[in-house]
Amino acid sequence: MTTSTPRTLFEKVWQQHVVTEPAGEPTILYIDLQLVHEVTSPQAFEGLRLANRPLRHPERHVATVDHNVPTTSVHDRLVITDQIADAQIKALRKNCADYGIELFDVQDAEQGIVHMIGPELGLTKPGMTIVCGDSHTSTHGAFGALAFGIGTSEVEHVMATQTLPQDKPKTFRITVDGELPPGVTAKDIILDIIGRIGTDGATGHVIEYAGSAIRALSMEGRMTICNMSIEAGARAGMIAPDATTFAYLKGRRFSPGTKNYELSSFAKGGGSASPADTIDEATWNLAVEQWSALVTDTNATFDRELAIDASTLAPSVTWGTSPGMVTTIDATVPSLADARSEADQKSFSRAYEYMDLKPGTPIEAIKVDAVFLGSCTNGRIEDLRAAAKVVDGYHVATTVRAMVVPGSQAVKHQAEQEGLDRIFKSAGFEWREPGCSMCLGMNPDILQPGERCASTSNRNFEGRQGRGGRTHLLSPAMAAAAAITGHFTDIRTWKFNK
Amino acid sequence: MRPINTLTSTAAPLPLPNIDTDQIIPKQFLKRIERTGYENFLFYDWRRLQEGPDAGQPNPTFVLNKPEYKGAEILLAERNFGCGSSREHAAWAINQYGFRAVIAPSFADIFFSNAGKNGIILVRLTNAEVETLIQRSTANPQHKLTISLEDQTVTDAEGFHATFDIDPFRKHCLLNGLDDIGLTLLHEDKLNAYESNHQKEFWLSPKANIA
Repeated sequence: MTTSTPRTLFEKVWQQHVVTEPAGEPTILYIDLQLVHEVTSPQAFEGLRLANRPLRHPERHVATVDHNVPTTSVHDRLVITDQIADAQIKALRKNCADYGIELFDVQDAEQGIVHMIGPELGLTKPGMTIVCGDSHTSTHGAFGALAFGIGTSEVEHVMATQTLPQDKPKTFRITVDGELPPGVTAKDIILDIIGRIGTDGATGHVIEYAGSAIRALSMEGRMTICNMSIEAGARAGMIAPDATTFAYLKGRRFSPGTKNYELSSFAKGGGSASPADTIDEATWNLAVEQWSALVTDTNATFDRELAIDASTLAPSVTWGTSPGMVTTIDATVPSLADARSEADQKSFSRAYEYMDLKPGTPIEAIKVDAVFLGSCTNGRIEDLRAAAKVVDGYHVATTVRAMVVPGSQAVKHQAEQEGLDRIFKSAGFEWREPGCSMCLGMNPDILQPGERCASTSNRNFEGRQGRGGRTHLLSPAMAAAAAITGHFTDIRTWKFNK
Repeated sequence: MRPINTLTSTAAPLPLPNIDTDQIIPKQFLKRIERTGYENFLFYDWRRLQEGPDAGQPNPTFVLNKPEYKGAEILLAERNFGCGSSREHAAWAINQYGFRAVIAPSFADIFFSNAGKNGIILVRLTNAEVETLIQRSTANPQHKLTISLEDQTVTDAEGFHATFDIDPFRKHCLLNGLDDIGLTLLHEDKLNAYESNHQKEFWLSPKANIA
């Protein structure tokens, strides 16, 4: 489609999904895919039943279990002792059967955190609209999809109509140019952005991440960045699709042109592509041609812009109880004078107390009790490889309990094929089954009151990982280093054994 | 959804910014499959002492535990209320506890939407206006505010008068207690027409290789 008015990536995807724009009402936006999990769906299915409404497009819904499932062992997942959690998972099984939704259940090869499996299976594609009753749905924006989290009433709305009434968000381009210094990752980029603009810095906006440093990232790094857009308050985060995106998607199970897909190749390949001879190239090329138009036109304008020089970034660590309370590994816990407003000063004071930290304390001097590697932010194979490289030949500090929770069965399988599990286990890490785990502690994986955790997840709110638990967010390599030394450690000076 | 127009009530002040949905309702209460029964889980950890011999007992200094704020139907908070997780349980808990409105300088997007679906009025006032209301309700727990949705005003008996913006459609839905799904289905002819074309765009289909 050609047009004379230059448009942003977001505007192109938005316009393609406008069903109607009734006068005086929000736009009715078509939703291509709704991802479903056990926690935010039961009341939505119940609403459909009470109103005697059908689910309009079961084939545009895909479900899995992730938030509640124990990660300790296969047995513990099949026989869940928490009766309330068990009832919720059983409710999802019944609801999916009743309404004809494909469910990837707890021990299926495709199971994993909902935001892991969408991309792995090729369900997520450029230009789609994707929703889920989970705020980290923004992850899928890494493919140039418009993807955002919704509440349960909206989940029900999509089930009934395959649409959502939406007011058009504003646009915000964040351009990260230059080369990332060694040891600095996608996680550090997004933590730096949240620190700069604040946890409500992008409220009402869809962020487009652009620039050479973003283009240089793998799909996994891009997903980490888009994942935490919500922590900056954004409605969604997006990155224009390019050759990296297309290479990732080609041959995935539900990608255009993939035929005769065998599940065994999914498991063996860690959720990657099927062999070239099972791809219908003409169909694939047609899709790529369509997707290639999904870039922001030259001269298109944004409501806001921010530019960041990647070469100035350093490994980040959060010190407080909001993802915006972040600093770099070589810095100290900020003082009250560093707070931007009186209200922020109150939050700082409360955070010092909750986190049991004093202003001026060097970040490297802070000791940790637990290390959590995983989540939809950093539970992917590249994350586990980066962490394994750090721990190889070392052992976890005696004062630390450390666990690795792969984000999906496919990642777990791939890591085991590469021998990463053996590196982690011999270094003293626990090697777990896939799920959301300690990112939100809805399952048995929680911190004890007062415990301090170096976590690769996305939120450091009070009690997020367990009542009284203290969470510090950081990259997988930095979390791995903290597990070995027992305190936050600058990965830029790490002595790698291999 | 209950229609709502004017609300006159005392207000409970919670003078903190960035109150996230993990604080509004901690995750252990998200395992339930019901839509009701969340009132006792609202601010669950903040309502309880976390340390000492009385850990787990009500925290007498927390505003919702103070008898003088019992029955308040308005919650006052600072910037970015409801940030974090998309859990609608946060809106359910606030509503089922008895709050019909929250006044703050700003709200997080997903919470804003969830509150609307549950008939909770969210009022955005300036920092200074919210500060004044917090001071008055802190000094006098019996201090009453009146929110008029029709007039888009917040007033009190001491001469406070502020106006707020609200999207006309959201206002219409709140005033009439309208069901969003029913409203969308009024446009079903347009939806059918859109779909008959959109289904051909296989590159935007979840299962692109099967359809």
